[in-house]
Amino acid sequence: MTGAAPLLSVQRVTYRYPGAPGDALHDVSLEARAGEFHAVLGPNGSGKTTLVRVALGLLAPGTGTAELAGRAAAVWSRRDLARVVGVVAQREDNLFPQQVRETVLLGRYPHLSFWGAERAADRAAVTRALERCDAVALADRWIWTLSGGEYQRVRLARALAQEPSLLVLDEPTASLDVRHEMEMFELVRTLVDRHGLAVVMITHHVNLAARFADRVLLLADGRTAAQGAPGAVLSRETVERVFAWPVAIAPFDGRPQMIPLRQPKEST
Amino acid sequence: MMRWLGLAALVAVALLSAVVLGPAHVALGDLTSSEIVRSLRVPRALLALLVGGSLGVAGASLQALVRNPLADPFLLGLSGGAGLGAVLAIALHVAGPWALPLAAFAGALGAMALVYRLGLVGGAQLDPRVLLLAGVAVGAFSGAITTAIVSLAEAADLRNAFLWLWGGLSGASWDTVLVMAVYIPLPLIVLYAEARPLDLLALGEEPATHLGADVEPLKRRVYVAASMLTAAAVAVSGVIGFVGLIVPHITRLVWGHRHRALFPAAFFGGGALLLFADTAARVTVAPRELPVGIVTALVGVPLFAVLLRRWGAGGGGGRG
Repeated sequence: MTGAAPLLSVQRVTYRYPGAPGDALHDVSLEARAGEFHAVLGPNGSGKTTLVRVALGLLAPGTGTAELAGRAAAVWSRRDLARVVGVVAQREDNLFPQQVRETVLLGRYPHLSFWGAERAADRAAVTRALERCDAVALADRWIWTLSGGEYQRVRLARALAQEPSLLVLDEPTASLDVRHEMEMFELVRTLVDRHGLAVVMITHHVNLAARFADRVLLLADGRTAAQGAPGAVLSRETVERVFAWPVAIAPFDGRPQMIPLRQPKEST
Repeated sequence: MMRWLGLAALVAVALLSAVVLGPAHVALGDLTSSEIVRSLRVPRALLALLVGGSLGVAGASLQALVRNPLADPFLLGLSGGAGLGAVLAIALHVAGPWALPLAAFAGALGAMALVYRLGLVGGAQLDPRVLLLAGVAVGAFSGAITTAIVSLAEAADLRNAFLWLWGGLSGASWDTVLVMAVYIPLPLIVLYAEARPLDLLALGEEPATHLGADVEPLKRRVYVAASMLTAAAVAVSGVIGFVGLIVPHITRLVWGHRHRALFPAAFFGGGALLLFADTAARVTVAPRELPVGIVTALVGVPLFAVLLRRWGAGGGGGRG
């Protein structure tokens, strides 16, 4: 373990929601450095989003530590943190109609002085973010005219306009079709390889995570079921146990790919 | 720039017509020397500007806070509390020029505190949805008590209470103008300082947090500041409806939804609207006068219907 502090570091964290009978997270660790793409996998309710909330300082862990860029997550002001970490949450609304460039400009908020207006540097950062997400052509469109895939690219652009070192993405490809899923994963991979971002992505796409991510954290019931390179984590036994469904694992492009099996017919 | 000049012109015309027009004829040449103008019309016009402006800004900020574009400053129960305070003061014959405004102000603050307490879910987080429901509940409850008191009151009291509940600026004096002018800058500055975070809040609380907004303090400050504005407005002029609902919508059509521009525009837009409404209330049935809340409702409801149609035609979130 050499070099700078990891951008995201969660060490042996346990968290229990108030009044809940059991731990939502139990003894989970995760470390993400610049130029690494981490995927967090697991069934619904396995603690993926809770882990991210603890990592971002939104929930205080019962035991263990959560640090961002070497400082305890809890001591960051939201504004300072937003300059280091960009988050694309699962859901958002648009109370008022907005155009794409406007909504991406909101990503500059943590960089603006209290009374000052947006400067040329802010507008340049917005344009750069739109370029990186292949969304320049969308800049003058109204949000509500975008397709699901376009909207997700715009939201990613807004997070990039924050000029973060770490991106946290919570199911960014939910309800997207194959092309838009692939575009999103390719885009994230490019951001990691070319711009040195650290990425932590929660996803349900076991196969895309296996092909794109450097490391995979597989959660089950709030505990670490397996952690490491995709080839080491995604064995048939582990995946079957975690997702409670029979699967076959076959290699493709040197990465494991999961094929869920049909339920065996009951024989009489 | 053009739209700001247009707004300035609108405010100027509204102020001028409020000063020039009235049941008593004052020749244009005598405007500056007229006692009626100096001690009645000018303070009343300035009060209308300050009250209308406060309601406009309070409405714009509460719509962003409770994440409902159809919210109104009085939706959160303040009118009910203020009405109860005022009607109690009338029924108990509390004397003195400031009895009514102070009683209404106290009632509004009481309602604000109660709604705020009910809106604090689990003791820590202010939930705008609960806030809205608590506001409606507190408003309905205090409204019921108010009606009970009014129904037991004597005839003359009843008319006073009834007129007060519909709002009016006839109590305007240089004193009330001065009190408002000293009082409202603080909540206005608080809200203006939260303008940018309020833009973020339109995306939802969690996305706003990730973009760097401190959502919990933001919600508290906005709720308290907007309520303080509303409480002052209701204390000096009763319940004047629709200004706080309509004005933010019209200003959003012209200025967009960025609160940095929206707040000043809503202030002067609200002021202009109330000036025109109050002038109409004084002039149309002279020498008597209509409660100004009736005029704003008569103008506001059709406008609101038009806005609702636009909203429906705008596709989901609306074109604004």
